[in-house]
Amino acid sequence: MEHHLLSIVLWTPLAGMLILFFIPEANKKLIRLWANVVALTGFAVSVPLVFRFESGATGFQFVERADWIPSLGARYLIGIDGISLLLLMLTTVIGFLAILSSWNAIQDRVKEYYAMFLLLQTGMIGVFTALDFFLFFVFWEVVLVPMYFIIGIWGGPRKLYAAIKFFLYTLAGSVLLLLGILTLYFQYYKQFGVYTFEIQELMKLQLPLGLEQVVFWAFFLGFAVKVPMFPFHTWLPDAHVEAPTAGSVILASVLLKMGTYGFLRFSLPLLPQASADRTIVQILVVLSLIAIIYGALVSLMQQDWKKLVAYSSVSHLGFCTLGIFALTPNGLAGSVIQQINHGISTGMLFLIIGVVYERRHTREIAEYGGLAHVMPRFATVFAIAMFSSAGLPLLNGFIGEFTILQGTFEASRVWAAFAVSGVILGAAYLLWLYQRTMLGQVTNEKNRGLPDLSFRELAVFLPLILWAFWIGLYPKPYFDVLQKPVAEIVERVRPNRGQGLEARGQLAVSRPQAPDLRPRPGGSQ
Amino acid sequence: MSQFYTATDHFTIVPALMLALFGSAILMFDFLLFTDLRQRKWLLLFVLLAEGFTGYGLWRQQAYLTATGVAEITGFHGSVTIDGFGIYYNWIFVAAAVIVAIVSYKYLEISGEHHGEYYALILFAQSGMYFLAMGTDLITLFIGLELMALCFYVMVGFLRSDKRSNEAAIKYLLLGAFSSGFLVYGFSVMYGLAGSTKLTAVTAAIAMRPAWDPVVFLALATTSVGLLFKISAVPFHMWAPDAYEGAPTTVTAYLAVGSKAASIAFLLRMFLGPLATARNVWEPLLSVVAVATLTIGNLAAINQTNIKRLLAYSSISHAGYMLLGLIAGNETGINGIAVYVLVYTFMNLGAFLVVVALRRANIIGEGLEDIAGLMQKSPGYAVLMLIFLLSLSGIPPTAGFLGKYYIFLSLIQTGHYTLAVIAVLYVAVAVYYYFRIVRSMFARETEEKAPLATSFGLRVALAVSGALTLVIGIYPEPFLRLAQNSLLR
Repeated sequence: MEHHLLSIVLWTPLAGMLILFFIPEANKKLIRLWANVVALTGFAVSVPLVFRFESGATGFQFVERADWIPSLGARYLIGIDGISLLLLMLTTVIGFLAILSSWNAIQDRVKEYYAMFLLLQTGMIGVFTALDFFLFFVFWEVVLVPMYFIIGIWGGPRKLYAAIKFFLYTLAGSVLLLLGILTLYFQYYKQFGVYTFEIQELMKLQLPLGLEQVVFWAFFLGFAVKVPMFPFHTWLPDAHVEAPTAGSVILASVLLKMGTYGFLRFSLPLLPQASADRTIVQILVVLSLIAIIYGALVSLMQQDWKKLVAYSSVSHLGFCTLGIFALTPNGLAGSVIQQINHGISTGMLFLIIGVVYERRHTREIAEYGGLAHVMPRFATVFAIAMFSSAGLPLLNGFIGEFTILQGTFEASRVWAAFAVSGVILGAAYLLWLYQRTMLGQVTNEKNRGLPDLSFRELAVFLPLILWAFWIGLYPKPYFDVLQKPVAEIVERVRPNRGQGLEARGQLAVSRPQAPDLRPRPGGSQ
Repeated sequence: MSQFYTATDHFTIVPALMLALFGSAILMFDFLLFTDLRQRKWLLLFVLLAEGFTGYGLWRQQAYLTATGVAEITGFHGSVTIDGFGIYYNWIFVAAAVIVAIVSYKYLEISGEHHGEYYALILFAQSGMYFLAMGTDLITLFIGLELMALCFYVMVGFLRSDKRSNEAAIKYLLLGAFSSGFLVYGFSVMYGLAGSTKLTAVTAAIAMRPAWDPVVFLALATTSVGLLFKISAVPFHMWAPDAYEGAPTTVTAYLAVGSKAASIAFLLRMFLGPLATARNVWEPLLSVVAVATLTIGNLAAINQTNIKRLLAYSSISHAGYMLLGLIAGNETGINGIAVYVLVYTFMNLGAFLVVVALRRANIIGEGLEDIAGLMQKSPGYAVLMLIFLLSLSGIPPTAGFLGKYYIFLSLIQTGHYTLAVIAVLYVAVAVYYYFRIVRSMFARETEEKAPLATSFGLRVALAVSGALTLVIGIYPEPFLRLAQNSLLR
């Protein structure tokens, strides 16, 4: 049991899905109950990871290794470090809450719905835990199919268009990613005479800069579509607007992080020269800044509540990629924390839209107004989610954005200046949204009798609210967990510049830890 | 030299002999034993027996190779060669023939054309395939090809009262005969060069010539026309959509899988044997053909509304991927083709079998609208079809991904980066049209309530194809080893 903890976390949802097939289609209640039980179990088995994780240790933990396809050199190799731990926990928590929130929203084809969700869950956990590139790619692609169905079957009016657009965009990116992977795989064989997909082995590669750049762009296309970075973001508003609530939640909170995780786990450590290359960094930073500002401006203009939040994701993910390509420890750590934050706050925002949509079946902002009078509890929850997303101090968003900006500032003041404007715009569109929907008098008669949040709905929001406050008030454990992996990545990309988390420590972390500055020849085991 | 028919000779052709014997037996016993139409399905026993003996023969050949450690056994003075390559491909033919045979009776009964010779033709065609994979003599190969093709001409037109079937057969026959003409012309040039019909002699003769020799080029060009026609590569693909659409769906499945696998084996024998030294000449040519095949196959599939036609274009594009393996030409590439053919067999058969089940008494059941709402009506079939389509697109963890994986890797290894990028991007295009079927099955509703035409054979065949498509995708190791053993030495 002890050794296989991570495997259990990984395969629990899939096992639950297989059992789900034996429950008769007609028994909707049992199906719902079972899916929720599986999702809750999925979360419960992942909790011990948090307690047994050693935040000071380098390298990967809970590693499991087995031969899978010896002919190819592909292994079943999973393990986590601080970055994957956080994203993994985000997945199990949000996954459970998304499934819980679907109880009433989904009435048709319930069994297929939950089966797809549980499959998705295993796929996402697999992406965040795989340490073998082949295994990673399999999970990466597996995720597409259930998401396609979740959007395409249970979505809105243009669901089929949105679903196939999502599928094709991501697939086109990921097949190029596959070519990049195969190139590394073959180069490793040429240098070492063995075929392997192990990430830590592939890190030993010494490639000419030109080749690294080519592979970097192949990776970039795979990951950037997923994030999505400007100009590859056009699938996102469609997918979000058409997806059912839980689909939007999981898409925004977890699926998009697969892209940023890809940059952190693969692009930077495997292609350090290309990732530190001036031109490449500048292009990526500029794209991130465009995403931040453009996403925010477009959000300001939206008449559709869900579309507004969708574009705000583009803007927020722009912060995450900016933090990554600032290539400073603060930037990277802030980026990971902001990914978690975005998962929490945007997840909440989509759930909020789901709540009103279930009651009114419209997402037009103009249809609402003065809801605070009718649904006070709802308005409070929305306020917290909004402030968390806008980056108000005491809440999680502040910590992430501030650290990213700090990291960016260390790299370039100009970049930071542009990025700050995104923060301001972010506050603008969120506050304006809140004002238009919640404040003032009730203008639309239809909104008068709306029931406030039910107990089940509150139960969905409560953990996220607590989590938002936790990160906002006491982020130290998060920085502790991230410190080692982030330092390792920065050390690889920019040798001798691994310090800097120290500065962060003086600010928000009470007990600063000396970063590990030992030179790391080759790999980082 | 003195003996005309030695024990070794016998040993090398025993599987084909069994197929031919049982095929003839079917022709004889059909009208002697089974006067009642409904009893015809017992003819399946003959087919299964024949395949049993064939399989046993192949197994003994393999056992002999393993036991003695020799790479090959030749019979008839080098006309037939038993090696890992031929045995591997023949196992695929056995699987294809068995699956096609056991699903056919219901379909043919519904179409009102359940005749005994159908099963005989399946077996005769397979004996032709046997020699395409095992033949190492121009005449043997040509006879094998014609034996297979003639059976297919008849089978494609098997629905005598159906105009589409007739049209398809005539089209296929005319174009096929034409392409065979080209092929045999190329063979005659080769014979002229070598003074012998043995592939080894032809190989030696061509190797002595300079790479850009005009006579070799003539032989290469004309032979290629015949070979590329058979695997339905662009620009010799025109017959495929019509033949696939018009033929009875079971025959379409056999044509798409058996005939294509045999032709690929034949193509490899020629391009890696006699034509190997002219690689510099044919590699650019085949690259153009492969890209054109991928382009036309994938783009033309987008607008199809008939599932069989759509799968026909998809099968054209798969030929393009297999050609890419040959263009890369290293061990990974050739191995990749072997894996590709294996996975292609099961996933493509599976997809066609679902279409077979859609054919009901008054419903032709080939249009995209006929498969609509399948998830509501028969979820099992819909899920299987989804697996086959994902595999055809090459999405892991299905088997199709592995085939493509090898092809892409071989292109990277040999530095064909442009081809690799083109090839992977067409995967995205392919997903678009395969998912038109998925969309129809899962997202659309249907009024039509007629249940699917299933039979015991069909269910078994579908279960086997589906299971293999998944198993090869998830735990491919044993299958990869099998393919590895099949490499031409």
